[in-house]
Amino acid sequence: MSFWQLAVQQLINGLQSGSIYALVALGYSMVYGIITLLNFAHGDIIMVGSYLSWFALTSIAPFVPLPVAVVIAIAMAILGCMVLGVTIEFAAYRPLRKSPRISLLITAIGVSYLLQNTAQKFIGASAKMVPYPRIPSVNFAGLTISGVAILCIAVTAACMVGLTLLVKKSKSGKAMRAVSEDADAALLMGVNVNSTISFTFAIGSALAGVGSILFIIAYPQASPFMGGMLGLKAFVAAVLGGIGSIPGAMIGGLLIGVIESLVSAVGLSVWKEGVVFAILIVMLLFKPAGIMGKPTTEKV
Amino acid sequence: MDKLVPVPSRGVVPERDVDKRPILETNNLGIDFGGLIAVDDFTILVGRTEIAGLIGPNGAGKTTVFNLLTNVYQPTRGIIMLDGISTQGLKTYQINKRGIARTFQNIRLFKELSVADNVKIGLQNTMSYSLAEAVLRLPGYWKQEKRAHARALELLSIFNMDHMADWKAGSLPYGAQRRLEIVRALASEPKLLLLDEPAAGMNPSETADLMENIRKIRDRFQIAVLLIEHDMNLVMGICEGIAVLNYGRIIAKGSPDEIKSNPVVIEAYLGKREEENHA
Repeated sequence: MSFWQLAVQQLINGLQSGSIYALVALGYSMVYGIITLLNFAHGDIIMVGSYLSWFALTSIAPFVPLPVAVVIAIAMAILGCMVLGVTIEFAAYRPLRKSPRISLLITAIGVSYLLQNTAQKFIGASAKMVPYPRIPSVNFAGLTISGVAILCIAVTAACMVGLTLLVKKSKSGKAMRAVSEDADAALLMGVNVNSTISFTFAIGSALAGVGSILFIIAYPQASPFMGGMLGLKAFVAAVLGGIGSIPGAMIGGLLIGVIESLVSAVGLSVWKEGVVFAILIVMLLFKPAGIMGKPTTEKV
Repeated sequence: MDKLVPVPSRGVVPERDVDKRPILETNNLGIDFGGLIAVDDFTILVGRTEIAGLIGPNGAGKTTVFNLLTNVYQPTRGIIMLDGISTQGLKTYQINKRGIARTFQNIRLFKELSVADNVKIGLQNTMSYSLAEAVLRLPGYWKQEKRAHARALELLSIFNMDHMADWKAGSLPYGAQRRLEIVRALASEPKLLLLDEPAAGMNPSETADLMENIRKIRDRFQIAVLLIEHDMNLVMGICEGIAVLNYGRIIAKGSPDEIKSNPVVIEAYLGKREEENHA
Protein backbone atom coordinates (compact mmCIF):
# COMPACT_ATOMS: atom_id res chain seq x y z
CA MET A 1 0.00 0.00 0.00
CA SER A 2 1.48 3.31 -1.01
CA PHE A 3 1.76 6.30 1.27
CA TRP A 4 -1.11 8.08 -0.43
CA GLN A 5 -3.40 5.10 -0.21
CA LEU A 6 -2.62 4.88 3.48
CA ALA A 7 -3.28 8.57 3.95
CA VAL A 8 -6.63 8.40 2.19
CA GLN A 9 -7.55 5.31 4.18
CA GLN A 10 -6.79 7.06 7.45
CA LEU A 11 -8.63 10.16 6.35
CA ILE A 12 -11.74 8.08 5.69
CA ASN A 13 -11.39 6.36 9.06
CA GLY A 14 -11.08 9.75 10.65
CA LEU A 15 -14.13 11.08 8.87
CA GLN A 16 -16.06 8.02 10.01
CA SER A 17 -15.47 8.54 13.72
CA GLY A 18 -15.50 12.30 13.17
CA SER A 19 -18.99 12.20 11.72
CA ILE A 20 -20.23 10.40 14.83
CA TYR A 21 -18.54 12.99 17.05
CA ALA A 22 -20.13 15.70 14.93
CA LEU A 23 -23.64 14.28 15.38
CA VAL A 24 -23.16 14.15 19.13
CA ALA A 25 -21.47 17.55 19.25
CA LEU A 26 -24.48 19.08 17.47
CA GLY A 27 -26.69 18.11 20.40
CA TYR A 28 -24.25 19.65 22.85
CA SER A 29 -24.00 22.83 20.87
CA MET A 30 -27.71 23.27 20.19
CA VAL A 31 -28.62 22.81 23.83
CA TYR A 32 -25.85 25.17 24.91
CA GLY A 33 -27.00 27.68 22.34
CA ILE A 34 -30.53 27.74 23.62
CA ILE A 35 -30.23 27.49 27.42
CA THR A 36 -26.45 27.89 27.97
CA LEU A 37 -26.26 24.47 29.58
CA LEU A 38 -23.48 21.96 29.04
CA ASN A 39 -25.73 18.94 28.96
CA PHE A 40 -23.34 16.31 30.31
CA ALA A 41 -26.09 13.70 30.13
CA HIS A 42 -25.96 13.97 26.34
CA GLY A 43 -23.32 11.25 25.95
CA ASP A 44 -25.37 8.86 28.04
CA ILE A 45 -28.34 9.33 25.76
CA ILE A 46 -26.20 7.55 23.19
CA MET A 47 -25.70 4.70 25.61
CA VAL A 48 -29.46 4.39 26.04
CA GLY A 49 -29.91 4.50 22.26
CA SER A 50 -27.41 1.68 21.88
CA TYR A 51 -29.24 -0.45 24.43
CA LEU A 52 -32.50 0.19 22.60
CA SER A 53 -30.88 -1.11 19.40
CA TRP A 54 -29.58 -4.09 21.35
CA PHE A 55 -33.02 -4.79 22.78
CA ALA A 56 -34.70 -4.63 19.39
CA LEU A 57 -32.07 -6.80 17.68
CA THR A 58 -31.96 -9.48 20.34
CA SER A 59 -35.50 -9.58 21.77
CA ILE A 60 -37.66 -8.59 18.83
CA ALA A 61 -35.53 -9.98 16.00
CA PRO A 62 -36.44 -13.67 16.57
CA PHE A 63 -40.09 -12.92 15.82
CA VAL A 64 -39.76 -10.82 12.66
CA PRO A 65 -37.68 -10.91 9.47
CA LEU A 66 -34.24 -9.30 9.86
CA PRO A 67 -34.87 -6.16 7.77
CA VAL A 68 -37.97 -5.44 9.82
CA ALA A 69 -36.01 -5.92 13.03
CA VAL A 70 -33.35 -3.50 11.78
CA VAL A 71 -36.00 -0.90 10.97
CA ILE A 72 -37.55 -1.36 14.40
CA ALA A 73 -34.14 -1.06 16.04
CA ILE A 74 -33.37 2.18 14.20
CA ALA A 75 -36.80 3.64 14.95
CA MET A 76 -36.60 2.65 18.61
CA ALA A 77 -33.13 4.12 19.04
CA ILE A 78 -34.00 7.46 17.44
CA LEU A 79 -37.46 7.89 18.95
CA GLY A 80 -36.31 6.56 22.31
CA CYS A 81 -33.45 9.07 22.47
CA MET A 82 -35.79 11.85 21.41
CA VAL A 83 -38.31 11.04 24.14
CA LEU A 84 -35.53 10.62 26.71
CA GLY A 85 -33.97 13.98 25.83
CA VAL A 86 -37.27 15.83 26.04
CA THR A 87 -38.14 14.08 29.31
CA ILE A 88 -34.80 14.96 30.89
CA GLU A 89 -35.28 18.58 29.94
CA PHE A 90 -38.82 18.63 31.27
CA ALA A 91 -38.14 16.81 34.53
CA ALA A 92 -34.63 17.93 35.45
CA TYR A 93 -33.75 21.18 33.68
CA ARG A 94 -37.01 23.07 33.27
CA PRO A 95 -37.64 23.48 37.02
CA LEU A 96 -34.17 25.04 37.27
CA ARG A 97 -34.59 27.46 34.36
CA LYS A 98 -34.28 30.51 36.60
CA SER A 99 -31.63 29.03 38.91
CA PRO A 100 -27.91 29.79 38.67
CA ARG A 101 -26.20 28.04 35.77
CA ILE A 102 -24.06 25.96 38.12
CA SER A 103 -27.14 24.20 39.59
CA LEU A 104 -28.16 23.23 36.10
CA LEU A 105 -24.68 21.95 35.29
CA ILE A 106 -24.52 19.81 38.41
CA THR A 107 -27.99 18.47 37.68
CA ALA A 108 -26.78 17.48 34.23
CA ILE A 109 -23.89 15.56 35.76
CA GLY A 110 -26.36 13.94 38.15
CA VAL A 111 -28.62 12.89 35.28
CA SER A 112 -25.58 11.41 33.55
CA TYR A 113 -24.76 9.25 36.58
CA LEU A 114 -28.40 8.32 36.99
CA LEU A 115 -28.57 6.97 33.45
CA GLN A 116 -25.26 5.10 33.75
CA ASN A 117 -26.11 3.47 37.04
CA THR A 118 -29.66 2.63 36.05
CA ALA A 119 -28.31 0.83 33.00
CA GLN A 120 -25.72 -0.96 35.11
CA LYS A 121 -28.30 -2.03 37.66
CA PHE A 122 -30.90 -3.36 35.26
CA ILE A 123 -28.89 -4.53 32.29
CA GLY A 124 -25.58 -5.36 33.91
CA ALA A 125 -22.07 -3.99 33.78
CA SER A 126 -20.82 -6.32 31.08
CA ALA A 127 -20.90 -5.18 27.46
CA LYS A 128 -23.65 -6.51 25.20
CA MET A 129 -23.12 -7.44 21.57
CA VAL A 130 -25.43 -5.47 19.31
CA PRO A 131 -25.92 -7.58 16.19
CA TYR A 132 -26.63 -5.09 13.42
CA PRO A 133 -26.03 -6.83 10.08
CA ARG A 134 -22.54 -6.43 8.67
CA ILE A 135 -22.09 -3.93 5.91
CA PRO A 136 -19.82 -5.09 3.06
CA SER A 137 -16.74 -3.13 2.17
CA VAL A 138 -16.22 -1.44 -1.17
CA ASN A 139 -13.12 -1.73 -3.31
CA PHE A 140 -12.26 1.45 -5.09
CA ALA A 141 -9.05 2.50 -6.84
CA GLY A 142 -6.99 -0.06 -4.98
CA LEU A 143 -8.47 0.99 -1.65
CA THR A 144 -10.76 -1.04 0.55
CA ILE A 145 -13.25 1.36 2.02
CA SER A 146 -15.37 -0.05 4.78
CA GLY A 147 -19.10 0.14 4.20
CA VAL A 148 -19.56 1.42 7.72
CA ALA A 149 -17.41 4.45 6.93
CA ILE A 150 -19.47 5.26 3.84
CA LEU A 151 -22.68 4.82 5.80
CA CYS A 152 -21.49 7.06 8.66
CA ILE A 153 -20.32 9.83 6.38
CA ALA A 154 -23.40 9.71 4.16
CA VAL A 155 -25.91 9.60 7.00
CA THR A 156 -24.15 12.39 8.87
CA ALA A 157 -23.99 14.55 5.77
CA ALA A 158 -27.73 14.04 5.22
CA CYS A 159 -28.48 14.89 8.85
CA MET A 160 -26.42 18.06 8.60
CA VAL A 161 -28.14 19.23 5.43
CA GLY A 162 -31.53 18.51 6.99
CA LEU A 163 -30.63 20.28 10.20
CA THR A 164 -29.24 23.31 8.41
CA LEU A 165 -32.40 23.67 6.35
CA LEU A 166 -34.51 23.22 9.44
CA VAL A 167 -32.68 25.83 11.45
CA LYS A 168 -32.24 28.38 8.69
CA LYS A 169 -35.51 28.10 6.86
CA SER A 170 -38.32 26.74 9.00
CA LYS A 171 -40.27 28.79 11.48
CA SER A 172 -39.35 26.37 14.28
CA GLY A 173 -35.70 26.89 13.40
CA LYS A 174 -36.14 30.64 13.39
CA ALA A 175 -37.87 30.42 16.75
CA MET A 176 -34.90 28.40 17.98
CA ARG A 177 -32.43 31.02 16.89
CA ALA A 178 -34.59 33.77 18.32
CA VAL A 179 -34.87 32.04 21.70
CA SER A 180 -31.14 31.37 21.81
CA GLU A 181 -30.45 35.07 21.27
CA ASP A 182 -33.01 36.52 23.63
CA ALA A 183 -35.58 34.23 25.19
CA ASP A 184 -37.53 36.98 26.92
CA ALA A 185 -37.86 39.08 23.80
CA ALA A 186 -38.94 35.99 21.84
CA LEU A 187 -41.61 35.32 24.46
CA LEU A 188 -42.97 38.82 23.99
CA MET A 189 -43.07 38.31 20.23
CA GLY A 190 -45.38 35.35 20.72
CA VAL A 191 -42.81 32.54 20.56
CA ASN A 192 -43.65 29.64 22.86
CA VAL A 193 -40.23 29.38 24.49
CA ASN A 194 -40.92 26.18 26.42
CA SER A 195 -41.97 24.23 23.38
CA THR A 196 -39.05 25.68 21.41
CA ILE A 197 -36.64 24.41 24.06
CA SER A 198 -38.35 20.99 24.05
CA PHE A 199 -38.04 20.98 20.28
CA THR A 200 -34.31 21.71 20.51
CA PHE A 201 -33.80 18.84 22.92
CA ALA A 202 -35.87 16.58 20.66
CA ILE A 203 -33.75 17.38 17.61
CA GLY A 204 -30.43 17.22 19.50
CA SER A 205 -31.35 13.89 21.07
CA ALA A 206 -32.63 12.45 17.80
CA LEU A 207 -29.22 13.26 16.30
CA ALA A 208 -27.64 11.50 19.27
CA GLY A 209 -29.92 8.54 18.47
CA VAL A 210 -28.64 8.50 14.89
CA GLY A 211 -25.11 8.77 16.32
CA SER A 212 -25.75 5.80 18.61
CA ILE A 213 -26.80 3.64 15.68
CA LEU A 214 -23.74 4.57 13.62
CA PHE A 215 -21.46 4.09 16.60
CA ILE A 216 -22.89 0.70 17.45
CA ILE A 217 -22.64 -0.45 13.84
CA ALA A 218 -18.97 0.47 13.86
CA TYR A 219 -18.18 -0.79 17.38
CA PRO A 220 -20.96 -3.28 18.15
CA GLN A 221 -20.81 -3.29 21.93
CA ALA A 222 -23.15 -1.51 24.31
CA SER A 223 -22.06 -0.90 27.89
CA PRO A 224 -23.32 1.39 30.66
CA PHE A 225 -20.33 3.73 30.55
CA MET A 226 -19.78 3.93 26.79
CA GLY A 227 -21.34 7.43 26.67
CA GLY A 228 -18.66 8.94 28.88
CA MET A 229 -15.65 9.18 26.58
CA LEU A 230 -17.76 9.59 23.45
CA GLY A 231 -19.68 12.43 25.06
CA LEU A 232 -16.52 14.05 26.31
CA LYS A 233 -14.87 13.98 22.88
CA ALA A 234 -18.01 15.35 21.30
CA PHE A 235 -17.94 18.10 23.90
CA VAL A 236 -14.35 18.90 22.92
CA ALA A 237 -15.49 18.96 19.31
CA ALA A 238 -18.28 21.39 20.15
CA VAL A 239 -15.89 23.70 22.02
CA LEU A 240 -13.30 23.43 19.25
CA GLY A 241 -15.88 24.44 16.65
CA GLY A 242 -17.33 27.15 18.85
CA ILE A 243 -19.99 26.07 21.29
CA GLY A 244 -23.46 27.19 20.32
CA SER A 245 -22.58 27.18 16.63
CA ILE A 246 -24.10 24.46 14.46
CA PRO A 247 -21.56 24.57 11.61
CA GLY A 248 -18.88 24.78 14.31
CA ALA A 249 -20.01 21.51 15.86
CA MET A 250 -19.90 19.82 12.45
CA ILE A 251 -16.40 21.08 11.66
CA GLY A 252 -15.15 20.40 15.20
CA GLY A 253 -16.43 16.83 15.15
CA LEU A 254 -14.88 15.97 11.80
CA LEU A 255 -11.62 17.64 12.82
CA ILE A 256 -11.36 15.67 16.05
CA GLY A 257 -12.03 12.41 14.18
CA VAL A 258 -9.40 13.10 11.54
CA ILE A 259 -6.80 14.22 14.09
CA GLU A 260 -7.37 11.07 16.15
CA SER A 261 -6.96 8.84 13.19
CA LEU A 262 -3.80 10.63 12.03
CA VAL A 263 -2.29 10.34 15.52
CA SER A 264 -3.08 6.62 15.45
CA ALA A 265 -1.66 6.28 11.95
CA VAL A 266 1.77 7.50 13.01
CA GLY A 267 1.78 4.82 15.69
CA LEU A 268 0.77 6.88 18.69
CA SER A 269 -2.70 5.43 19.12
CA VAL A 270 -2.38 5.31 22.92
CA TRP A 271 -1.89 9.07 22.77
CA LYS A 272 -4.90 9.91 20.65
CA GLU A 273 -7.16 11.00 23.51
CA GLY A 274 -4.32 13.00 25.06
CA VAL A 275 -3.84 14.85 21.80
CA VAL A 276 -7.55 15.63 21.60
CA PHE A 277 -7.55 17.21 25.04
CA ALA A 278 -4.26 19.00 24.37
CA ILE A 279 -5.97 20.59 21.37
CA LEU A 280 -8.82 21.65 23.62
CA ILE A 281 -6.40 23.31 26.03
CA VAL A 282 -4.53 25.10 23.25
CA MET A 283 -7.80 26.23 21.72
CA LEU A 284 -9.09 27.59 25.00
CA LEU A 285 -5.83 29.46 25.52
CA PHE A 286 -5.63 31.11 22.14
CA LYS A 287 -9.13 31.22 20.69
CA PRO A 288 -11.58 30.46 23.46
CA ALA A 289 -14.60 31.22 21.28
CA GLY A 290 -13.75 28.31 18.96
CA ILE A 291 -13.32 28.15 15.21
CA MET A 292 -16.78 29.42 14.26
CA GLY A 293 -17.65 31.14 17.52
CA LYS A 294 -17.70 34.87 17.89
CA PRO A 295 -15.90 36.45 20.80
CA THR A 296 -18.47 37.65 23.28
CA THR A 297 -18.31 41.33 23.94
CA GLU A 298 -19.88 42.96 26.91
CA LYS A 299 -21.81 46.05 26.03
CA VAL A 300 -21.13 48.87 28.44
CA MET B 1 -62.46 60.98 35.54
CA ASP B 2 -60.81 58.71 33.05
CA LYS B 3 -60.01 61.32 30.50
CA LEU B 4 -57.67 58.98 28.66
CA VAL B 5 -60.58 57.58 26.71
CA PRO B 6 -62.12 59.32 23.79
CA VAL B 7 -64.92 56.75 24.07
CA PRO B 8 -65.80 55.81 27.63
CA SER B 9 -66.87 52.37 28.70
CA ARG B 10 -67.88 50.65 31.96
CA GLY B 11 -71.56 50.23 31.36
CA VAL B 12 -71.85 53.38 29.31
CA VAL B 13 -71.16 51.55 26.07
CA PRO B 14 -73.63 48.77 25.24
CA GLU B 15 -72.10 45.28 24.91
CA ARG B 16 -72.91 45.00 21.22
CA ASP B 17 -70.96 48.11 20.43
CA VAL B 18 -67.63 46.30 20.45
CA ASP B 19 -65.96 48.91 18.32
CA LYS B 20 -66.32 51.40 21.11
CA ARG B 21 -65.16 49.12 23.86
CA PRO B 22 -61.73 50.18 25.13
CA ILE B 23 -58.91 47.94 23.98
CA LEU B 24 -57.23 48.05 27.35
CA GLU B 25 -58.76 48.55 30.73
CA THR B 26 -56.89 48.15 34.00
CA ASN B 27 -58.42 48.43 37.40
CA ASN B 28 -56.48 49.03 40.61
CA LEU B 29 -53.52 47.21 39.12
CA GLY B 30 -50.60 46.85 41.47
CA ILE B 31 -47.48 44.84 42.16
CA ASP B 32 -45.20 44.57 45.19
CA PHE B 33 -41.63 43.39 45.07
CA GLY B 34 -41.04 42.08 48.55
CA GLY B 35 -42.24 44.90 50.74
CA LEU B 36 -41.77 47.52 48.07
CA ILE B 37 -44.88 48.75 46.31
CA ALA B 38 -43.66 49.23 42.75
CA VAL B 39 -46.99 50.06 41.14
CA ASP B 40 -50.24 50.72 42.92
CA ASP B 41 -53.81 51.58 42.01
CA PHE B 42 -53.02 51.80 38.33
CA THR B 43 -56.32 52.41 36.56
CA ILE B 44 -56.44 53.47 32.93
CA LEU B 45 -58.51 52.98 29.83
CA VAL B 46 -57.06 53.03 26.35
CA GLY B 47 -59.44 53.49 23.43
CA ARG B 48 -59.41 51.25 20.34
CA THR B 49 -57.42 53.58 18.15
CA GLU B 50 -55.98 55.91 20.70
CA ILE B 51 -52.38 57.01 21.01
CA ALA B 52 -51.81 57.15 24.74
CA GLY B 53 -48.72 58.17 26.66
CA LEU B 54 -47.31 57.03 29.97
CA ILE B 55 -44.83 59.49 31.39
CA GLY B 56 -43.10 60.06 34.68
CA PRO B 57 -39.69 60.54 36.24
CA ASN B 58 -37.10 57.77 36.13
CA GLY B 59 -37.96 54.85 38.35
CA ALA B 60 -41.62 55.75 38.49
CA GLY B 61 -42.65 52.25 37.40
CA LYS B 62 -43.45 52.80 33.73
CA THR B 63 -41.61 49.77 32.39
CA THR B 64 -43.02 47.72 35.28
CA VAL B 65 -46.47 48.61 33.96
CA PHE B 66 -45.46 47.26 30.54
CA ASN B 67 -44.23 44.08 32.17
CA LEU B 68 -47.53 43.76 34.01
CA LEU B 69 -49.54 44.29 30.85
CA THR B 70 -47.62 41.49 29.09
CA ASN B 71 -47.76 39.16 32.12
CA VAL B 72 -43.99 39.11 32.48
CA TYR B 73 -44.82 39.99 36.08
CA GLN B 74 -47.94 38.66 37.72
CA PRO B 75 -49.85 41.53 39.33
CA THR B 76 -50.25 41.40 43.11
CA ARG B 77 -53.71 42.93 42.80
CA GLY B 78 -56.08 44.39 40.27
CA ILE B 79 -57.22 43.27 36.86
CA ILE B 80 -56.24 43.80 33.24
CA MET B 81 -58.92 43.57 30.59
CA LEU B 82 -57.64 43.25 27.05
CA ASP B 83 -60.42 43.82 24.56
CA GLY B 84 -62.95 43.15 27.29
CA ILE B 85 -61.42 39.86 28.45
CA SER B 86 -59.27 39.39 31.54
CA THR B 87 -55.70 38.31 30.79
CA GLN B 88 -55.16 36.73 34.16
CA GLY B 89 -53.23 33.47 34.09
CA LEU B 90 -52.14 33.77 30.46
CA LYS B 91 -48.55 33.12 29.47
CA THR B 92 -46.56 35.95 27.97
CA TYR B 93 -46.58 34.44 24.49
CA GLN B 94 -50.33 33.94 24.74
CA ILE B 95 -50.75 37.63 25.57
CA ASN B 96 -48.96 38.36 22.33
CA LYS B 97 -51.43 36.15 20.47
CA ARG B 98 -54.30 37.96 22.18
CA GLY B 99 -53.09 41.25 20.80
CA ILE B 100 -50.33 43.02 22.73
CA ALA B 101 -46.90 43.51 21.19
CA ARG B 102 -44.10 45.65 22.52
CA THR B 103 -40.72 47.17 21.84
CA PHE B 104 -37.91 47.59 24.33
CA GLN B 105 -36.17 50.50 25.95
CA ASN B 106 -32.79 48.96 25.17
CA ILE B 107 -33.14 47.44 21.72
CA ARG B 108 -33.62 43.69 21.84
CA LEU B 109 -33.59 42.52 18.26
CA PHE B 110 -32.40 39.08 17.26
CA LYS B 111 -29.13 40.54 16.03
CA GLU B 112 -27.79 37.42 14.32
CA LEU B 113 -30.93 36.97 12.25
CA SER B 114 -31.66 38.85 9.06
CA VAL B 115 -34.00 41.83 9.12
CA ALA B 116 -36.68 39.81 7.32
CA ASP B 117 -36.30 36.88 9.72
CA ASN B 118 -36.77 39.18 12.69
CA VAL B 119 -40.08 40.26 11.23
CA LYS B 120 -40.99 36.64 10.49
CA ILE B 121 -40.55 35.73 14.16
CA GLY B 122 -43.40 38.14 14.76
CA LEU B 123 -45.34 36.47 11.96
CA GLN B 124 -44.91 32.98 13.47
CA ASN B 125 -48.41 32.77 14.80
CA THR B 126 -49.88 33.30 11.36
CA MET B 127 -48.01 30.30 9.91
CA SER B 128 -49.05 26.73 10.44
CA TYR B 129 -47.04 24.26 8.38
CA SER B 130 -45.73 21.13 10.02
CA LEU B 131 -42.12 20.22 10.62
CA ALA B 132 -42.21 17.48 7.99
CA GLU B 133 -43.46 19.98 5.44
CA ALA B 134 -40.57 22.28 6.27
CA VAL B 135 -37.85 19.63 6.06
CA LEU B 136 -39.23 18.01 2.93
CA ARG B 137 -40.02 21.40 1.37
CA LEU B 138 -43.60 20.49 0.54
CA PRO B 139 -45.91 22.99 -1.20
CA GLY B 140 -47.57 23.98 2.09
CA TYR B 141 -44.20 25.21 3.30
CA TRP B 142 -43.38 27.16 0.16
CA LYS B 143 -46.78 28.80 0.01
CA GLN B 144 -46.70 29.99 3.59
CA GLU B 145 -43.05 31.01 3.54
CA LYS B 146 -43.67 33.01 0.39
CA ARG B 147 -46.66 34.70 1.94
CA ALA B 148 -44.71 35.43 5.13
CA HIS B 149 -41.85 36.90 3.14
CA ALA B 150 -44.17 39.12 1.14
CA ARG B 151 -45.86 40.24 4.34
CA ALA B 152 -42.50 40.94 5.99
CA LEU B 153 -41.44 43.12 3.05
CA GLU B 154 -44.77 44.91 3.11
CA LEU B 155 -44.38 45.71 6.79
CA LEU B 156 -40.78 46.80 6.31
CA SER B 157 -41.86 49.16 3.56
CA ILE B 158 -43.79 51.22 6.12
CA PHE B 159 -40.43 52.51 7.24
CA ASN B 160 -38.85 52.25 3.78
CA MET B 161 -36.71 49.40 5.04
CA ASP B 162 -37.68 46.73 2.52
CA HIS B 163 -34.34 47.01 0.74
CA MET B 164 -32.60 46.03 3.98
CA ALA B 165 -34.49 42.72 4.28
CA ASP B 166 -31.41 40.51 3.89
CA TRP B 167 -29.12 42.53 6.14
CA LYS B 168 -28.20 41.24 9.53
CA ALA B 169 -30.33 43.02 12.11
CA GLY B 170 -27.28 43.74 14.26
CA SER B 171 -25.59 45.61 11.41
CA LEU B 172 -28.36 48.18 11.01
CA PRO B 173 -27.77 51.73 12.14
CA TYR B 174 -29.26 52.60 15.50
CA GLY B 175 -32.35 54.42 14.27
CA ALA B 176 -33.15 51.62 11.84
CA GLN B 177 -32.86 49.05 14.64
CA ARG B 178 -35.45 51.00 16.61
CA ARG B 179 -37.75 51.08 13.60
CA LEU B 180 -37.22 47.36 12.98
CA GLU B 181 -38.35 46.64 16.54
CA ILE B 182 -41.60 48.42 15.80
CA VAL B 183 -42.04 46.47 12.55
CA ARG B 184 -41.34 43.19 14.35
CA ALA B 185 -43.94 44.04 16.95
CA LEU B 186 -46.46 44.98 14.25
CA ALA B 187 -45.92 41.64 12.53
CA SER B 188 -47.70 39.78 15.29
CA GLU B 189 -50.82 41.77 14.41
CA PRO B 190 -51.37 43.47 17.75
CA LYS B 191 -54.43 45.41 18.73
CA LEU B 192 -52.34 47.33 21.21
CA LEU B 193 -48.76 48.31 20.53
CA LEU B 194 -46.57 49.15 23.52
CA LEU B 195 -43.58 51.34 22.72
CA ASP B 196 -40.94 51.67 25.43
CA GLU B 197 -39.08 54.92 24.79
CA PRO B 198 -39.21 54.72 21.00
CA ALA B 199 -37.37 58.00 20.56
CA ALA B 200 -34.52 57.27 22.96
CA GLY B 201 -31.24 58.31 21.38
CA MET B 202 -32.85 59.84 18.32
CA ASN B 203 -32.09 63.33 17.09
CA PRO B 204 -34.91 65.87 16.67
CA SER B 205 -35.47 65.18 12.98
CA GLU B 206 -35.55 61.42 13.53
CA THR B 207 -38.00 61.98 16.37
CA ALA B 208 -40.22 64.04 14.10
CA ASP B 209 -40.17 61.22 11.54
CA LEU B 210 -41.00 58.74 14.26
CA MET B 211 -44.00 60.79 15.38
CA GLU B 212 -45.25 60.86 11.84
CA ASN B 213 -44.77 57.11 11.56
CA ILE B 214 -46.54 56.28 14.81
CA ARG B 215 -49.54 58.22 13.59
CA LYS B 216 -49.32 56.51 10.21
CA ILE B 217 -49.25 53.09 11.87
CA ARG B 218 -52.26 53.89 13.99
CA ASP B 219 -54.24 55.12 11.01
CA ARG B 220 -53.25 52.24 8.75
CA PHE B 221 -53.64 49.35 11.19
CA GLN B 222 -56.39 50.93 13.27
CA ILE B 223 -54.68 49.91 16.49
CA ALA B 224 -54.06 51.54 19.83
CA VAL B 225 -50.58 52.67 20.88
CA LEU B 226 -49.41 53.10 24.44
CA LEU B 227 -45.99 54.65 24.70
CA ILE B 228 -43.49 55.45 27.40
CA GLU B 229 -41.38 58.42 26.46
CA HIS B 230 -39.23 61.12 27.98
CA ASP B 231 -39.23 63.32 24.91
CA MET B 232 -41.97 65.79 25.78
CA ASN B 233 -42.25 67.12 22.25
CA LEU B 234 -43.16 63.66 21.06
CA VAL B 235 -45.54 62.92 23.91
CA MET B 236 -47.33 66.25 23.74
CA GLY B 237 -47.32 66.14 19.95
CA ILE B 238 -49.02 62.81 19.31
CA CYS B 239 -50.65 61.50 22.47
CA GLU B 240 -54.35 62.00 22.80
CA GLY B 241 -54.38 60.95 26.43
CA ILE B 242 -51.55 60.97 28.94
CA ALA B 243 -51.14 59.36 32.33
CA VAL B 244 -48.38 60.57 34.63
CA LEU B 245 -46.80 58.07 36.98
CA ASN B 246 -44.76 58.94 40.04
CA TYR B 247 -43.58 56.53 42.72
CA GLY B 248 -45.77 53.84 41.15
CA ARG B 249 -49.00 55.83 41.32
CA ILE B 250 -50.88 57.78 38.72
CA ILE B 251 -50.75 61.40 39.78
CA ALA B 252 -52.52 62.87 36.79
CA LYS B 253 -54.48 61.86 33.72
CA GLY B 254 -55.74 63.96 30.86
CA SER B 255 -55.12 65.56 27.50
CA PRO B 256 -51.66 67.02 26.73
CA ASP B 257 -52.84 70.54 27.53
CA GLU B 258 -54.27 69.48 30.86
CA ILE B 259 -51.10 67.65 31.78
CA LYS B 260 -48.87 70.57 30.82
CA SER B 261 -50.69 72.92 33.14
CA ASN B 262 -51.23 70.47 36.01
CA PRO B 263 -49.38 71.74 39.11
CA VAL B 264 -48.96 68.21 40.52
CA VAL B 265 -47.14 67.12 37.39
CA ILE B 266 -44.93 70.17 37.37
CA GLU B 267 -44.06 69.48 40.96
CA ALA B 268 -43.20 65.83 40.25
CA TYR B 269 -40.88 66.84 37.42
CA LEU B 270 -39.34 70.01 38.81
CA GLY B 271 -39.80 69.75 42.56
CA LYS B 272 -41.62 72.12 44.85
CA ARG B 273 -41.02 75.83 44.56
CA GLU B 274 -40.38 76.18 48.29
CA GLU B 275 -37.73 73.44 48.22
CA GLU B 276 -35.98 75.32 45.45
CA ASN B 277 -35.90 78.41 47.57
CA HIS B 278 -34.41 76.56 50.50
CA ALA B 279 -31.75 74.96 48.37
